[in-house]
Amino acid sequence: MRHKSLAEFGLPVALAEPHASVVLFDKVCLAFDEKVILKNVTFAVRAGHTKIFLGASGAGKSTVLKIMLGLLRPDSGTVWVLGHRVDKMTETQLMGVRHHMGMVFQEGALFDSFTVGENVGYKLYEETTQPLAEVRQRVEEVLGFVGLSEHIDKQPSELSGGQRRRVAIARAMAAKPTLLLYDEPTTGLDPITALTIDDEIIKLRDLEAVTSVIVTHQLRDAYYVATRSASRDASGDLQIDTATEAKVNEADFVMLKDGNVHFEGSADELRGSTDPYLQMFLS
Amino acid sequence: MIGARQAWVIEWLKKALLEVQEYVKLCVTAAKGTVSRPFYARDVMEQIDVIGLGSLTVVILTGFFTGAVLALQSGMTLDQFGARPFVGRLISASMIKELGPVLTALMLAGRVGSGIAAELGSMMVTEQISALRALGTDPIRKLVVPRVLAGVIMCPILTVISNAVGLTGGWLIALTQLRVPTGVYWSSVVEGLYIQDVWMGLIKPFFLGFVIVTIGCHVGLRTSGGTQGVGRATTNAVVAASVLVLIVDFFVTRLLISILF
Repeated sequence: MRHKSLAEFGLPVALAEPHASVVLFDKVCLAFDEKVILKNVTFAVRAGHTKIFLGASGAGKSTVLKIMLGLLRPDSGTVWVLGHRVDKMTETQLMGVRHHMGMVFQEGALFDSFTVGENVGYKLYEETTQPLAEVRQRVEEVLGFVGLSEHIDKQPSELSGGQRRRVAIARAMAAKPTLLLYDEPTTGLDPITALTIDDEIIKLRDLEAVTSVIVTHQLRDAYYVATRSASRDASGDLQIDTATEAKVNEADFVMLKDGNVHFEGSADELRGSTDPYLQMFLS
Repeated sequence: MIGARQAWVIEWLKKALLEVQEYVKLCVTAAKGTVSRPFYARDVMEQIDVIGLGSLTVVILTGFFTGAVLALQSGMTLDQFGARPFVGRLISASMIKELGPVLTALMLAGRVGSGIAAELGSMMVTEQISALRALGTDPIRKLVVPRVLAGVIMCPILTVISNAVGLTGGWLIALTQLRVPTGVYWSSVVEGLYIQDVWMGLIKPFFLGFVIVTIGCHVGLRTSGGTQGVGRATTNAVVAASVLVLIVDFFVTRLLISILF
């Protein structure tokens, strides 16, 4: 089996230029029966940047990610992802776009009948013609990236919650995506473990140049990701430091409330806001 | 003005129609998936093992004791007419035309239908199905098509095994309890069978296997509501598949009688 390229799916191949919009939501609305989930939601995610969605439970944060990935279709509005209008695509065409995306699900959503290595290499094993030895090498590489090399032959049930999330990140990054979506990556984890996940997100963004969209209600983690940057020193050792102002401004915060975009701006603008709802959320 | 009861009936009908529509869509998509790429051959082999070999014990036990009890019961009845030597004819006709296919299918509905619904249901509620789609895999091709093919291939094979074991069970009882000689029993078995009966016994399991597996997949893939939902889905799959096995058996039998006889 071989994974088709975008061109073979009949789609334009040109990917977004640096800082161009990788994701564009234009007046997107979605309702399930009487319950309105999203109302005229409009925003853009630029290449190499981080978009962080905040909001209370049920505000429609995870729905935004599912629409980006084409798992849900909006009732109205347009959705562009990596230069393709995904709200009108067939499932087969969506497979081509998804090849350039990765998603880390809330609880990891690891395949419990597969080992850690099989989970991480799933896409490469099943959907590409890459030789098995190369896939194994890539799996070891990404597991090394998230610090779980020694767990390659374990079952997901043998791992802790934090380790499972890191395996989920490794699985999402294995096929070298352009855009990574994180659905509550640190929810339910202790603060120390949550920081290790945040570090992985920062590393992927800064070292692998992956555009990130993060959905969370953990404000502390959101600020941490927005205000830190990862780099390698001359000896190749990884460093996570306070980000430059320019880098901090590359992280946008979006607050969703009752399906609407209640706030959109930088970390500083969020901190300085006097809006009562934001104040309540930040306190 | 629509009363509350009428509104409830209309709502129920809408839901029922939606279920039927989704089931038909699943069947059509799965059918297309069997003849187009990507095709997950390794998963088909895995499912043949799980559905076929995994169900062998229960099918053999069911077939054996059905054949044995048929011999006991029919032996008593045939004695009233002095027709005990014809016991083989009665057992072969009952087992091969009807009891073999239906009982095997009911056993598979309990074992395979529930297993598929529980497995796919758990994958639904833990977002593993969404993860599959996110990773570029079509869940219908990866999960449904291999199960449908395995069900359609293995149900007839298991039925043939059940029939053979049932006839053997009948022979043991005929020999030991009814004192019918082996030669008389087996020649009676062959005499009681027409080629149309054999065809009927072989064709019906294809339909029954398809129904059991597609119902399990349909119910599993529409699971919601956490672990409670998985439990509900499992029960619904077994009940729906069992009832449908009997209904489909009736209509396919009618159809085959009009075609074959």
